[in-house]
Amino acid sequence: MKKIYAQEKYCIGCRLCEVYCSAVHSEYPNDLVKAFNRSKIVPTPRVKVEEDRPLSFAMQCRHCDEPHCLKACITGAMYRDEESGAILNDAERCVGCWTCIVACPYGGIFRDESKSKVVAKCDYCLDQGDPACVKNCPNGALIIEEGGE
Amino acid sequence: MTLSMNTPEFLVERDLDRCIKCQVCVGQCANEVHKYDKETDSLSCDDLACVGCHRCVTLCPTHALTIKKFPLEFRENANWTANTINAIYKQAESGGILLTGMGNDKPYPIYWDHLLLNASQVTNPSIDPLREPMEVKTYLGRKPDKLDFSDGELVTEIAPQVELELPIMFSAMSFGSISLNAVKSLAAAAKEVGTMFNTGEGGLHQDLYSYGDNAIVQVASGRFGVHPQYLDAGTAIEIKIGQGAKPGIGGHLPGEKVGKEVSETRMIPEGSDALSPAPHHDIYSIEDLRQLIYSLKEATRYKKPVAVKIAAVHNVAAIASGIARAGADIITIDGFRGGTGATPLRTRDNVGIPIELALAAVDSRLRNESIRHQVSLVVAGSVRNSADIMKAIALGADAVYIGSSALLALGCHMCQKCYTGKCNWGIATQDPNLVKRLNPEIGAQRAANLLRAWKHEIKEMLGGMGINAIESLRGNRLMLRGVGLSDRDLEILGVKAAGE
Amino acid sequence: MQYVIVGNSAAAIGAVESIRNYDTENPILVISDEPYHTYSRPLISYYLTGLRDEESMMYRPKDFYDKYKVETMLGRRVEAVVTEKKQLKLDNQEIISYDKLLIATGGKPFLPPIEGATGPDIYNFIKLDDAKDLKEVAQPGKSAVVIGGGLIGLKVAEGLLKKEVAVTVVDLAPQLLNSILDATGADIVRKCLEKQGMEFHLGTTAKTIQNFGERKIVGLADGKEVATDFVVVAVGVVPNKHLVEDTDIKVNRGIVTDESMGTSVEGIFAAGDVAENHDILFGQNRVIPILPNAYEQGQVAGANMAGQKSVYPGGFAKNAIGFFGLSMVTAGITTAPDETFQEYSSQPAEDRYLKVVIKEGKLVGFVRINAVDRSGILTGLLMQQKDVTDLIPQLISEEIGLINLPQDLRKARLKGDAVQ
Repeated sequence: MKKIYAQEKYCIGCRLCEVYCSAVHSEYPNDLVKAFNRSKIVPTPRVKVEEDRPLSFAMQCRHCDEPHCLKACITGAMYRDEESGAILNDAERCVGCWTCIVACPYGGIFRDESKSKVVAKCDYCLDQGDPACVKNCPNGALIIEEGGE
Repeated sequence: MTLSMNTPEFLVERDLDRCIKCQVCVGQCANEVHKYDKETDSLSCDDLACVGCHRCVTLCPTHALTIKKFPLEFRENANWTANTINAIYKQAESGGILLTGMGNDKPYPIYWDHLLLNASQVTNPSIDPLREPMEVKTYLGRKPDKLDFSDGELVTEIAPQVELELPIMFSAMSFGSISLNAVKSLAAAAKEVGTMFNTGEGGLHQDLYSYGDNAIVQVASGRFGVHPQYLDAGTAIEIKIGQGAKPGIGGHLPGEKVGKEVSETRMIPEGSDALSPAPHHDIYSIEDLRQLIYSLKEATRYKKPVAVKIAAVHNVAAIASGIARAGADIITIDGFRGGTGATPLRTRDNVGIPIELALAAVDSRLRNESIRHQVSLVVAGSVRNSADIMKAIALGADAVYIGSSALLALGCHMCQKCYTGKCNWGIATQDPNLVKRLNPEIGAQRAANLLRAWKHEIKEMLGGMGINAIESLRGNRLMLRGVGLSDRDLEILGVKAAGE
Repeated sequence: MQYVIVGNSAAAIGAVESIRNYDTENPILVISDEPYHTYSRPLISYYLTGLRDEESMMYRPKDFYDKYKVETMLGRRVEAVVTEKKQLKLDNQEIISYDKLLIATGGKPFLPPIEGATGPDIYNFIKLDDAKDLKEVAQPGKSAVVIGGGLIGLKVAEGLLKKEVAVTVVDLAPQLLNSILDATGADIVRKCLEKQGMEFHLGTTAKTIQNFGERKIVGLADGKEVATDFVVVAVGVVPNKHLVEDTDIKVNRGIVTDESMGTSVEGIFAAGDVAENHDILFGQNRVIPILPNAYEQGQVAGANMAGQKSVYPGGFAKNAIGFFGLSMVTAGITTAPDETFQEYSSQPAEDRYLKVVIKEGKLVGFVRINAVDRSGILTGLLMQQKDVTDLIPQLISEEIGLINLPQDLRKARLKGDAVQ
């Protein structure tokens, strides 16, 4: 399965990936201004930029072959999408117990208390086309590659 | 605290309807113009710090920002303009030389814009570059006096040449004045398109030795980074006598910019100022120059052409003639519009002459002395588009160097603050946070794209003239006509007036 | 090849999914004494408060058994395993033959020695039927005594409190959540629950339950007496290993398993709350009754049953739990048992507490109250037993990130290298 990788040497810590991730998961996925200014609550971004200048990188779910979150999920809300191989969270079945958060060694899952209490994680933008973070990175720091780097 | 007369040069305008408070502008401005206040959940701008580089404008995802000239008006005064007044305020406060970056921005005449090209009509029909081969390949180096053949084979020995796929090279810009990522971008683009980049006086970084076949290595007055492997690494060696942006003075790279990599490449201690003296202290006469030229040829076993770069000044024709006779294979002439990372403002704006006139004078002089074939002429000093290149070649240039244009391709926005080291585009800086912003893979693509685009345009214009080889345009002043020029100008340029 | 799995919860499902990874054809039979489609046991406290119903508690979608080609016998209890004949005896006398067997019967409630501990108005809280029974009596205005201040006890206590039942919790230990929290953390939780109206009797235990008209009186070891409408016994679970009693399958506290989750009898495996395996932090074999571990053990067992060599690397306890807006995650050893362990913590606040326990420079446990974000990063360090001596200040800060890790480890995480 193709995965998103962050290249530390090109990440400039601008956080546009977080901005676009929030927007495409909002009620207005194609309108940035509306997504931020009209939504009651702006969705949690599923990608996180960590910064300790000059080092910075963006990190999201690794869509593992052996997903710790899926094994730990107490409700079965965490599942693997057959077609794409991505690990997805069914927000209807999720109870926001946070077990997956303590299970994920990459820190790729985030609390989302905007509507109900559930978790948010990278869903590979499956209903958008190409992942929004990769498309909008201004310096080519996020790339999609098969297998390893 | 004393009162400062400094007022903002630019006004930062934010459209609040479009702003989504993502704070990308806050993080991206190296001058800390934008600030987010948590208490009021709002963004503010410090206009005084803005240098007009447009980084925030370009990165803003909702295009909510724009930069305008700060609307502070003095009483109308054709003599004491705002710039002139503010310069005095600055010097009254600092007591120092005014510095600036990039090239002369004053409204001196631009001769390129007064020259027009020919096109075919009726006779000597146009050629379609998409259907017929167009030769823009260029060889730089000493050409023989004549060609001798024996049994159909060429027996004349040809001096070493630099082979270019097109008559455009990347100008000398040192690693130190620009970032390593910027140099890497230009080196990779040069390799991809089949032309050269010039190391400038910063030496050649270890990582770039693999681009040696596309490098011209410079020996400048500070001799930074000059050692035997360096001389062998490139395809040609260029002795830098002068530079169009600051004729007659040397260079100065402040110690803060001399980090580990710059220090290693230039072979100077980390943190020490890199001062290039105005003259080479071993060149005080034309004979000294000849000595250095031949020392370099000896050191590289006569395998590489040696170039000499001078600024375009008065008497440039006589100087060029002397340099050709001193044994140089290539002469680079840098006009007064040439760019730089740091130079005193007054020198940049008042010293040197336009490259168009210098080129015409040098080309005519060398032809008159029957030594034009002994050197290739490369010109620089604000070549802004493919039309400028066509005109330069028609005036007699073999090729052009582009500096400012190349940096613009990489993302430069001509804010002229290179000397602060806070280039928001990752070009004129050594700050690792900023250098990161120039991804050399993307930079190389952009620079290569520019050259490819210009190559196509040159072919189109050549075809339009009915010629299919750049050599037919070289020095062909009949292909040019002047508009809005005085008789004197036309005479010096060796060009007829439009209508003639 | 007939696969038989006794059990229908996390370990069983882990095994089914794993078997089908390698063997899509041979039949799988799941036998469970509960009549329900596989459901998530931890969700029974949500059932109690009405946040979830039977259908939304399903651990896997409705079509799971069809899709994975699993035959089920639900509501059927396995009474015995006859290992020599490779057969199971069911409660209706039926005999089931197997080629590979997985015992995933989970845990059953631990019944402490309390006089009068059985009878009406005394409940357990392990499975869905328990929650259904309790839901009926949990009416506003009633009162309950919950015996046990651990994970299960507090969860049912919270549920009852949300249904406006007056709750008193009794625990033998001097602190709540003895198995996962240290004293300081437990104190923060207790104060939060007391604010919500819960009452506690700690450091004592229930000795007697007597009828008192329609009500009950619970007599404590310290002499106190508590009158109440009903009692919930939630002291803990013990492995449900009755069906291997008369066999030569080695048992200890739980069914003893090796690194392939196999028991002492070939062809028979055990996984989940019923099994005992290596705890990487305690360095010895233990039962670790945590759902993530049950699923993983089931996976390993399933793979080996299908002939694919798979090794269980050992486990450790990790928990995420919350009460009334106070959420916490814990893992491993949270109180230093002796001086070879060091403890480091942040200043405890009313609603925030971060702590790590280190042994020989390696992370062996942590507590993070209201600091859940990215806590998995610590779990990863714990799993791989990395030296974290230089990271301690970051580990007890809320701002922990991959950026704090040493470069090679950070690069491995960014690439998504597996963490085992």
